[in-house]
Amino acid sequence: MSTVFIALQANEDTRPIIEAIAADNPQARINEAPAMVKIDAEGRLTVRRASIEERIGRGFDLQELHINLISLSGNIDESDDELTLSWHA
Amino acid sequence: MDMQVAKKKLGLKEKYQVMTRGLDWEPSYQKKEDIYPYASYEGIKIHDWDKWEDPFRLTMDAYWKYQAEKERKLYAIIDAYAQNNGHLNVTDARYINTVKLFLTGVSPLEYMAHRGFAHAGRAFPGAGPRVACLMQSLDEIRHAQTQIHALSNFNKHYNGLHDFRHMHDRVWYLSVPKSFFDDAVTAGPFEFMVAIGFSFEYVLTNLLFVPFVSGAAYNGDMGTMTFGFSAQSDEARHMTLGLEVIKFILEQDPDNLPIVQRWIDKWTWRGYRVLTLVAMMMDYMLPKRTMSWKEAWEVYFEENGGALFKDLARYGITMPKCAETIALEKDHLSHQAWGTFYNYGAAAAFHTWVPEKEEMDWLAAKYPESFDKYYRPRLEFWREQAAKGKRFYNKTLPMLCQTCQIPMLFTEPGDPSKICYREVDYQGSKYHFCSDHCKAIFEHEPEKYVQSWLPVHQIYQGNCFPEGTDPTAEGFDPLAAVLQYYHLEFGRDNLDFEGSEDQKNFDLWRGQATKNG
Repeated sequence: MSTVFIALQANEDTRPIIEAIAADNPQARINEAPAMVKIDAEGRLTVRRASIEERIGRGFDLQELHINLISLSGNIDESDDELTLSWHA
Repeated sequence: MDMQVAKKKLGLKEKYQVMTRGLDWEPSYQKKEDIYPYASYEGIKIHDWDKWEDPFRLTMDAYWKYQAEKERKLYAIIDAYAQNNGHLNVTDARYINTVKLFLTGVSPLEYMAHRGFAHAGRAFPGAGPRVACLMQSLDEIRHAQTQIHALSNFNKHYNGLHDFRHMHDRVWYLSVPKSFFDDAVTAGPFEFMVAIGFSFEYVLTNLLFVPFVSGAAYNGDMGTMTFGFSAQSDEARHMTLGLEVIKFILEQDPDNLPIVQRWIDKWTWRGYRVLTLVAMMMDYMLPKRTMSWKEAWEVYFEENGGALFKDLARYGITMPKCAETIALEKDHLSHQAWGTFYNYGAAAAFHTWVPEKEEMDWLAAKYPESFDKYYRPRLEFWREQAAKGKRFYNKTLPMLCQTCQIPMLFTEPGDPSKICYREVDYQGSKYHFCSDHCKAIFEHEPEKYVQSWLPVHQIYQGNCFPEGTDPTAEGFDPLAAVLQYYHLEFGRDNLDFEGSEDQKNFDLWRGQATKNG
């Protein structure tokens, strides 16, 4: 299975997001680089709005991710509730 | 009694429909072919433009909101960085040469990308890709502007940044990135999307931005780190556009596959050749290094690109053939490029140097197959020569590749002891190439590439001297005249870092920052 990834700036906005991704994707590996965090996962990775909201204690629009997003890979599907990255092969 | 009834908000998918397709209309008194004259001549067949969808489902209202937030964050940091003399916090002043290369070589490409996406967006009959191209076009002009603003702070203090736009159109090594983008924007809209949207943004841009920006952070350059990450936050959307466009084109008609495959092969190679400058920057120009070029290539191309091409195999797309050549070059690319710039350091708008001993040890550890065997002895020889007062500056102009415009510095695939030369006879003239791939690109479109503005040819033709120069005058110095034409000041902007004004000023100012002067 191929690896997908999402890379985010390392800051206070993204700390709870990274925690949420780690909790929702047990297969994810968190790699810290200078000023950024790259999260790799086999095949598929999901970012869930509800998990982020639990951690930040307010409503969260998944499109807010764009502010701190650095890069990603895989086919994307975004709805109001989750953003998914996946490879078909 | 007035009752405030909360309006039901549209879901993301509905809102996307309303704000893209919902804003489009069918023309009634003009023919579609007249409105979109560039939509068919490349041979790409599209049957249903509505099948195209942005998976982020970003609409213009949300776009403005998030972009404004990014700008507010960015400019607050740039101001703070400038006010606090942040430039004195970089690891050492050699680092600033990466910024010079970026401003002169890359920032003008952002502006060209702005123009290219505006043009492509206008050319597509579908509302979905048109909106996505509009956003990317605005992103790209934002990148050009924020980079110029952020880097102007360095221009107050250091040499070589004073006339980047003038240099971009003239200086020999800057013709490499310039001609790459000019090549893309003069293609049709579909080829442009595959060239820049897919091959450059999706397959290669991570190699430009992520290591460069992470490198800036690691070397204490908060200004560059900030504009870099701010730009990169848009890149995720660009990559997605690039991938969606490829999938969309391939799903529309089986006849599109061979055309798209040829473009992917061509533009992966064209983009890779431009990244030669990035390879050299990562391995030689960052005083503190994050990862080697080879490691970055393995993570972002071999692993990530490998996954991408495996995914696209269901459409019949295969990994570009040039990937095999690139794999053979990865142990050599940065060393050969830096060696060339060290040779031509008198004609570059940044400083060059021989790496310190610990830096050579790092290179040897990262390149166990090649560095100690081929490149360390050469660097040590150059250092010895310079110590004896015999610093060698090459004054003979190099032969350039007709396609990528890089001097013929690359070696034969699999034989690092022999320079790779290829040539083609076309309409009575001989054309030269650095590789089989650049040669094949020329052979497919010779009418386009015979027009290349090759800096070395132009110098020999007398087109790169200041107006009024008399090359027949006694004692005429061609190099001095070319540097004047470039607006490059001899002895300030060029030559070795050691002994440069940048080095002296940085040491003096850093000293003042920690002591009363």
